Amino acid sequence: MTDSQSRALQTAMPWLVMAVFLVAWELACVGFRIQEIILPRPSKVMIVAIERFDILLRFCLETLWTTMLGFLLAIVGGLVLGLAVGASPFVYAGLYPLLIAFNAIPKVAIVPILMIWLGVGATPAVITAFVISFFPIVVNVATGLATIEPEMRDVMRSLGATRYEILTKVGIPRAMPYLFGSLKIAITLAFIGSVISETVGGNRGIGFLMLSAGARNDAPTTFAGLFAIAIMGILMYAVCAMVERRMTRWAFRGEMVG
Amino acid sequence: MTTTAAAPDPLVELRAVSLAYGRGDGATLALADATMSIRKGEFIAVVGPSGCGKSTLMKLVTGLLPATSGEVIVHGETVVRPIKGVGMAFQNPTLMPWRTTLDNVLLPLEVVEPHKRQFRARKAEYAAKAKALLASVGLGDFAEKYPWQLSGGMQQRSNLCRALIHEPEIMMLDEPFGALDAFTREELWGVMQALWLERKFTAVLVTHDLREAVYLADTIYVMSRRPGRVVLKRAIDLPRPRTLASTFDPAFVDIVHELRDRIHQEYA
Ligand SMILES: Nc1ncnc2c1ncn2[C@@H]1O[C@H](COP(=O)(O)OP(=O)(O)OP(=O)(O)O)[C@@H](O)[C@H]1O
Ligand SMILES: [Mg+2]
Repeated sequence: MTDSQSRALQTAMPWLVMAVFLVAWELACVGFRIQEIILPRPSKVMIVAIERFDILLRFCLETLWTTMLGFLLAIVGGLVLGLAVGASPFVYAGLYPLLIAFNAIPKVAIVPILMIWLGVGATPAVITAFVISFFPIVVNVATGLATIEPEMRDVMRSLGATRYEILTKVGIPRAMPYLFGSLKIAITLAFIGSVISETVGGNRGIGFLMLSAGARNDAPTTFAGLFAIAIMGILMYAVCAMVERRMTRWAFRGEMVG
Repeated sequence: MTTTAAAPDPLVELRAVSLAYGRGDGATLALADATMSIRKGEFIAVVGPSGCGKSTLMKLVTGLLPATSGEVIVHGETVVRPIKGVGMAFQNPTLMPWRTTLDNVLLPLEVVEPHKRQFRARKAEYAAKAKALLASVGLGDFAEKYPWQLSGGMQQRSNLCRALIHEPEIMMLDEPFGALDAFTREELWGVMQALWLERKFTAVLVTHDLREAVYLADTIYVMSRRPGRVVLKRAIDLPRPRTLASTFDPAFVDIVHELRDRIHQEYA
């Protein structure tokens, strides 16, 4: 196999695996005569997805919107708190245990509380997305700051730099790859957060669509919703990965950009 | 001109300075009882076995490390925090990978007064100066490259430029030519000497190359094995400017041999 062939095969691999998976699923459904209500055939899911494309798209956009809002809040909040935690040992000592404790709470548990406070609608979904995707950002940014090479700090100190200058000239640039690295994880979590909220109790979004379709025993639509979430998740992940490479070329030593 | 034990008006003075890393049983005594005094405008070199505390000494003088005992005095004041007006070329080039070589060299001007305040207004002028400095060490074409696109020796040369750019009155050079081939190194001795003759900064050079020490320094301190103590202080009163040819003079060669013999005793 030549070099270009093997590279082409590598790019094709995920699609091949997916195709094999879908075909196997289709054949299993037909072969074992699985009822549609239990596991619909993928071809059936596709057909439903195309037939009901407008509804699916509307609900998807609702979910996308709440997710993005929660995600953006998480970036801002996570960055600020991460910088504070990473830059000051006191803030670190005070907040880190609390953050760990907070992160250990299953986020599904807070959705009903949010409902009581805020009612149904977009707000609980935004907050759930925020709360769940916030943590990895804080931890990563704080780690980036806390692991500055002492030599780098010495260079700044020998020039008589203030703490603020060390933070802006070394700390923040140093933390950027960590921030952008965490965004890939955070965006996936944000989707999980908003869909959980929509599923537990909501009147909008793809989670709600799946829930109500499930209640009508409309398995193909439920599965179409599932696929839609996966596709949105992958797209947003790709966007974050692209932003990461753009913004932190130096961290990859130029390798990945070629 | 020879230096006497106590120079009349020392700029940097070390009085029985020692430094131990760590505390209690696990402590490593890196430097013991170092006493030296450096005049303003003097070029001193420190030589000694690896691990004897030379880099530690540099960090003590600049106030990056607090002395365990003894006193470091610069400008008549005891050093308790990092002092201003030093340029330090660390042993490992600590260039910032997110900055181009040019921006790395410009860093001190963004931080040190009075350049800091004028940085925006005089950016173009500063950049031109940095480029000229890079060109003088043979890196004229690499200003826009990132440090990780440079070789080890090129990084070291950029590191040297960063220490020089803000024209500090005290220069701390920790094996600045260590990763270079013999020819580039000898060329940079000339560059260094010319700079020093022009600006007369006070310099402390750590090196393992005795010829380099004799070429550049007014005074050489030889240190013992860890924990390092000063075992020999040798004034070099060869005429300046010294040239590569003068490194083959009998007087020059004799001094190198004398130093080599003294250091050799450390391994006996
Ligand atoms: N951060 C540190 N923590 C603990 N011990 C250290 C530390 N830095 C240096 N040492 C110890 O102090 C001693 C002196 O180290 P130093 O770096 O000053 O040596 P050096 O004379 O510069 O050696 P070289 O010529 O190899 O650069 C060494 O024995 C080393 O093990
Ligand atoms: Mg050293």
